[in-house]
Amino acid sequence: MKKWINEIYSPATRKWEEFYRNRFQHDKRVRTTHGVNCTGSCSWEVFVKDGIVTWELQATDYPQLEEGLPPYEPRGCQRGISFSWYLYSPIRVKYPYARGRLIDLWREARAHNADPVAAWESIVSDALLRKSYQFARGKGGFRRITWDEAEEIIAASVVYTIKKYGPDRVAGFSPIPAMSQISYASGSRFLSLLGGIVLSFYDWYSDLPPASPEVWGEQTDVHESADWYNARFIAVMGSNLNMTRTPDVHFVSEVRHAGAKLTVFSPDFSQVAKYADYWIPVHAGQDGAFWMAVNHVLLKEFYVDRQVPYFQDYLKRYTDMPFLVRVEGERPGKYLRANRLARYRDVENGDWKLLVWDQKSGSARMPKGTIGFRWAQKEPGKWNLEMRDGVNDEELDPELSFASAYDDVRMAACDDFAGGQTLWRPVPVRYVETEEGRVPVATVFDLAMAQFGVPRGLPGEIAVGYDDDVPYTPAWQEKFTGIHRDTLLRFAREWGANGEKTRGKNLVIIGAGANHWYHNNLIYRAAISALMLTGSVGVNGGGLAHYVGQEKLANQASWSAIAFASDWGVASRQQNTPSFHYVHSDQWRYERGFSVYDRLPAPYGANGKEHTIDYEIRAVRRGWLPFYPQFNRSSLEVVREALAQGAKSDTEIIQYVVSQLREKKLDFSVNDPDAPENWPRVWLIWRGNAIGTSAKGHEYFLKHYLGTHTNVIAPELAEGFAKEVAYHPQAPTGKLDLVVDLNFRMDTSALYSDIVLPAATWYEKDDLNTTDLHSFINPMQAAVPPAWESRSDWDIYKAIARKVSELARTHLPEPIKDVVMLPLQHDTPDELAQPEARDWAAGEVEAIPGKTMPKFRVVERNYAELYERMVSLGPGVEQHGVFAHGLAIPVKEEYQALAARQPRAYKGKIYPSLAEAREVAEAILALDPVSNGEVAARAFELEEHKTGLKLADLGEGQRDLRYSFSQIVAQPRRVLTAPTWSGIVNRGRAYSPFTLNVERLVPWRTLTGRQHFYLDHEGYLQWGEALPTYKPRPDHTMLDETQRSLALAQGKMLNFITPHGKWSIHSTYSENNRMMTLSRGGYPVWLNDKDAAELGIHDNDWVEVYNDNGVFVQRAIVSARIPSGTVFVYHATERTVGIPISPLRGTRAGMNNSLTRARLKPVLMSGGYAQFTYAFNYWGPTGVNRDTFVFVRKVEKPNY
Amino acid sequence: MNVRAHMSMLFHLDKCIGCHTCSIACKNLWTDRKGAEYMWWNNVETRPGTGYPVRWEDQKRFRGGWEFKDGKLRLRLHSRVTGLLKLFYNPSLPSLDDYYEPFTFRYQDLFNAPASDEQPTAVPISMVTGEPMEVQTGPNWDDDLGGSPVYARNDPNLEGLSAEVRRQLGELERLVFNYLPRICNHCLNPACVAACPSGAIYKRAEDGVVLVNENKCRAWRMCVAACPYKKVYYNWSTGKSEKCILCFPRLETGQAPACAHSCVGRIRYMGVLLYDADRIPGAAMVPDDQLVESQREAILDPFDPAVIAAAKANGIDEGWIKAAQDSPAYKFVKLWKLALPLHPEFRTMAMMFYIPPLSPVISVIEGELYKLDLSSDQRDFELFQRLDAARLPIRYLANLFTAGNERIIREVLTKLIAVRVYMRRKSVDGSLDDATAELLKQAGMTPELAEDIYKLTTQPTQAERFVIPPYHREMAVEALMDPLAHKGEAGLGYIQPPKRGE
Repeated sequence: MKKWINEIYSPATRKWEEFYRNRFQHDKRVRTTHGVNCTGSCSWEVFVKDGIVTWELQATDYPQLEEGLPPYEPRGCQRGISFSWYLYSPIRVKYPYARGRLIDLWREARAHNADPVAAWESIVSDALLRKSYQFARGKGGFRRITWDEAEEIIAASVVYTIKKYGPDRVAGFSPIPAMSQISYASGSRFLSLLGGIVLSFYDWYSDLPPASPEVWGEQTDVHESADWYNARFIAVMGSNLNMTRTPDVHFVSEVRHAGAKLTVFSPDFSQVAKYADYWIPVHAGQDGAFWMAVNHVLLKEFYVDRQVPYFQDYLKRYTDMPFLVRVEGERPGKYLRANRLARYRDVENGDWKLLVWDQKSGSARMPKGTIGFRWAQKEPGKWNLEMRDGVNDEELDPELSFASAYDDVRMAACDDFAGGQTLWRPVPVRYVETEEGRVPVATVFDLAMAQFGVPRGLPGEIAVGYDDDVPYTPAWQEKFTGIHRDTLLRFAREWGANGEKTRGKNLVIIGAGANHWYHNNLIYRAAISALMLTGSVGVNGGGLAHYVGQEKLANQASWSAIAFASDWGVASRQQNTPSFHYVHSDQWRYERGFSVYDRLPAPYGANGKEHTIDYEIRAVRRGWLPFYPQFNRSSLEVVREALAQGAKSDTEIIQYVVSQLREKKLDFSVNDPDAPENWPRVWLIWRGNAIGTSAKGHEYFLKHYLGTHTNVIAPELAEGFAKEVAYHPQAPTGKLDLVVDLNFRMDTSALYSDIVLPAATWYEKDDLNTTDLHSFINPMQAAVPPAWESRSDWDIYKAIARKVSELARTHLPEPIKDVVMLPLQHDTPDELAQPEARDWAAGEVEAIPGKTMPKFRVVERNYAELYERMVSLGPGVEQHGVFAHGLAIPVKEEYQALAARQPRAYKGKIYPSLAEAREVAEAILALDPVSNGEVAARAFELEEHKTGLKLADLGEGQRDLRYSFSQIVAQPRRVLTAPTWSGIVNRGRAYSPFTLNVERLVPWRTLTGRQHFYLDHEGYLQWGEALPTYKPRPDHTMLDETQRSLALAQGKMLNFITPHGKWSIHSTYSENNRMMTLSRGGYPVWLNDKDAAELGIHDNDWVEVYNDNGVFVQRAIVSARIPSGTVFVYHATERTVGIPISPLRGTRAGMNNSLTRARLKPVLMSGGYAQFTYAFNYWGPTGVNRDTFVFVRKVEKPNY
Repeated sequence: MNVRAHMSMLFHLDKCIGCHTCSIACKNLWTDRKGAEYMWWNNVETRPGTGYPVRWEDQKRFRGGWEFKDGKLRLRLHSRVTGLLKLFYNPSLPSLDDYYEPFTFRYQDLFNAPASDEQPTAVPISMVTGEPMEVQTGPNWDDDLGGSPVYARNDPNLEGLSAEVRRQLGELERLVFNYLPRICNHCLNPACVAACPSGAIYKRAEDGVVLVNENKCRAWRMCVAACPYKKVYYNWSTGKSEKCILCFPRLETGQAPACAHSCVGRIRYMGVLLYDADRIPGAAMVPDDQLVESQREAILDPFDPAVIAAAKANGIDEGWIKAAQDSPAYKFVKLWKLALPLHPEFRTMAMMFYIPPLSPVISVIEGELYKLDLSSDQRDFELFQRLDAARLPIRYLANLFTAGNERIIREVLTKLIAVRVYMRRKSVDGSLDDATAELLKQAGMTPELAEDIYKLTTQPTQAERFVIPPYHREMAVEALMDPLAHKGEAGLGYIQPPKRGE
């Protein structure tokens, strides 16, 4: 070896190496995680040196799942590992702050008013003063204040608002509880006890896939990522796993080596495309067309040309395909109800029991498992998927199709929405004798065959081949997707063949790229159909794996009791946020409503002048959706009136409310959202970026909520379209009196808030953390105490609650009754409320609370004791148990044990204490079936009673397991199998949704108890969405957001896409110096190379992106990777860091949501009917945002 | 035979996510301080792309590595004029423009801005000067930029590709990218060591880690220029050069380097390789297309009794020999011949190894429609029977990993494909067909070998990925002082002993 290759052994000459060894030494390592809004739930170790958090690395001690699956370790991504930067960074909120203008007004008012509530009143009741601090919002001038002062202002505003308008003018927003459950619960518990509004998030983020409740009656239930490894054909669609499932994507790269095929659908060559065998760049938002044609091929080749026994059996057993639908009219109608037949006339809930055609007896028969059995009072235990008659238990053999033996063939109208035509297709029918006479019926299967246009040689049929451009052939989809029919055919055939060979190991991994479109439910249903047709749902390694922001809260049963204060018997005002913001931020005023872009088919859609807000109003009064504030008077006041009028009981109070509503002496707030008495007044924001990245229509928020500057130039257009809503010619600005943000960083929401409270970071507090991507429960722990003056969310809300109680002793000293308006609720007998959709206000039906209209509950508020209730686990849990999936699981013993272990005395009684976050964690763990085997076993016993099935064995092997906080600190612990979920995870099996349904015959929580191809709610029939279909994307001429910009500025119009980004988790981390350095020091605008050339834009040029909603200025990245005609801005930018002035609008440019606007899809407001019954974050319209158009132009030089 | 042990890392590029968690793990631990802001001892590059520092592979510009000419191995840096003459002026040194000017933002303005008519914003400022600046480049500027007319098209490794293929790489038909994570290669024939006028750089004899002695470094920066991978950096604050230390404080305590530990794609493996020091630098003195194989030859079979005996004779601990036998590096590099060095033509004999990636099938545009370029008689995984239909050109991979030897790339990819096809037949069809048996044969594999590769590719636990040998620190300490005394003193300010009067 040459001498110059200097090799040294001698430790003596290497003493200096200690330089680096010393850096590596540390004093402490602590297991914790990140509470950011992502599905990671990664176990981390934080290294503390000299009392300072220095770095973090992943913990790698996850228990292993069953043999043959790769281990989970390590979990944790580039975002998580850069978190330690935040703790001591200059963007850390270290002290309480308030806007200078407001604090001056407050101190002045306080000098003149000994009473803080009076002081607050003196400010907000003076229009000029109120305006002056509102207009200062977002424009600097923050002042450091003390905690005492901050608490007092907040409490005074809350108490004032309750007294003046009612408690449901105090709203709070915090997203996705799963990753810091206790922090979420801090505010939601406070608000629930108060009677305030708890705003939803999952639907607002458009992360809720409405197709899931439509098809499965399930909010979302998906595979843990290890189960991807069981798949053998994976289609990734609208989901960039590398970016958004960073700790999980290794299962995808690995399963390829285990023999799985991978096809990636994305219009851009995304990161996950690098793993693909086949990359299929379907045009943006057109995946639905592709899957419709895949279904056409599957039905033709695996159902007509030949039959696959596995598929046939699967459809009959687990789907609604054999169920009978009435086909009297041109279009298929409702399912035939069992009680229309003489044989089943008197069965309980006969409107809610349905029929199949039994081959053996040659007659229409009523199988068990439909929703009428679920809520049976008289004969429980028949809610199961055994294909047996619900009366005499005879085994049934349902027929899928009448094609080979029919009484008649009727032509059914199928809507071709893209072609603007009606197609007439033959459907084989049989006649059933009913009490109403002879009724023609068809199976859902035969209706689907007609809908997909699959030829079967029926009379009246037009033969359709793959090469004919007719819905929904391989040739037809080409014009939408840009994908050649040959490629589609190959995919479809391989999809079918793989499903057949592997018995359903076909997996669709899907996400925001599909779910953020207006017609997302249709895109999803098309793909889900291809899964059901290949028997893939409820199979390990098969099914729909939807991942956008849902972050499963595994221990939801116990958690929700605490988070929504049901332990104290209150009903929480849970508001679907899409409706809330669409209405209150006045975005409805800027559009002509849905009928412009979501037309009804011919018989229903003749009148093209309908407005979404009218559907919203009708949905509220029918009990389909919640809406708060609920009345145009204080709900406390209404009860006071009822009592004054002599109401003696809760029932009489409710009667009073109903009669007031009927007589129009009391009005729903939603009918007149711009009247001052109906505005939300106080907004508390924590753990989220409600004004920034969670604000679709951000600029409208600035205008109508905050009353500050805005870049909106859109015209108001609703007048003349909206009929039911009260229309004020002048839209109000600055509806909110006070905006408070709890934050550890100065994000966009903090910057625009009146008060910013310093929140502890994730390395400074205790909490619980779970996800759907793995099956472990992880702790969050304080590695160091909350830095500077920060406090945990739990402690902050405790402090606010204490102050509210203190002021209440003067202002609201006595217990006081409140009437809470609630929509009809999912997983309760409310699911049977409305066999037909009728409007009581139009006189079509009686106004009956809980049946034809919302429910009302009278609850008692005790503001003086609010704090004590907040920190004590109330007796409701002891008495009624914990709830999930329609089960009320008793936990009395566990409650008592907790009370003994962590006692808190209050008014002579001992309650389990919730004063400390760790005590809350212990309560959550002790009372939930997924973390307490005894509770799980009990839950299975209950489920046995409901279903008549043997299920207890699933709980047996885990019965002794009880997790405590110290155990999950020692090592992540795996959740237990429980009927509050749909997967079976015993013995290390990977979680796959609906395996409990498929293997143990527990029904889905739907109308038929099976998975639905067909949806017969009137709304779906009207909108032409009863069967999976294709609807074209709304184009720019329909969306009313580009006209003025076009006239003023010209430029090239592009579709604005905001996928989840690589360098942030939503907006968190996006301004973190690590992420800024590794990306482009900003929030780049990605352009196709040819589009850019046309616009004269080069890589790294500054550009302005704008439409009538607002403007965004950043630098461009140019690449052929981006599809022509679109512009990408990776989602969730901040307007706090490096944002220039917009040359076009002359003010500071905004953020990605400056260009968006909320649009609701009315059919998703359907309610009061089986799976279409409201639950929080579970059902309702979603905050779609992909259908946005913008202009792009070059900017010469940034000016800050 | 002169047996040495070496700690080597493997990068399974087929699994790389491109997430950069590794880079931040490293930054947090080692380079988060004044003078080191711009250093990324571990970085990840998008390929095709230009890397960090920009176009570092262009040795016409940077003159790194060795030149093999007239039967002699010479530092490229010194090939024209002698090293000594360059001590004070070295045009081959990368400038801050080739890296980037580290930046941050005036975040505190968000708190401190007075009330005004305009929303405040935190403007970008230089971490070097503290002054406002425009951010023009960064350490990962062309992230995910396959299809970029500026970056992807200027990748030095596109050399030798036809104009048509280059064009396709910028269009839907063939657009592609992959990732290339990079750390110091801790070479067997390190140019940085050879170039240092102060003798400050050395290779640790026990594990091969190359270190810059911070006490001896005199800031000549010859190492920066000579390293063809540009993995030695000059700390402008301390006036010393620094580089990846392979996290030796972690290795010495049985832990994988932070970059490997944090690798969420689970692409990294770490283990001992035994090599024959007598073959160096001879192994670097062969024609380009033989470099990979000559390096493989220099790496020894840890089960060979002769190797074991020679290792023991050289004082290599039994625990290290055992670790070498269990080493995933040995399996991937030597036994299975799947892992390749980066740019062997630099002739530094890089000791970190890469398993090249598979990529999606190319497509054609027919009419305006996108169509996968599959033949009509195709069966599944046809793509892999036809390597030339993969989006990443063979030639491109050969330029990266085999000094242009395409045969070796084909051999590696064929094996990876054979494993996939074998596993599919087994798990979906339940039995092997003739075509699959033939494919295995072509790849020179048995079903057992396919299983072994499959398992180590997808299933390894942390302990199987990182086989860290016993470092016996007590013996190293003992050379300086009584370990019992060290037990009582460790960490007590050895670097900075207390002084009176402070």
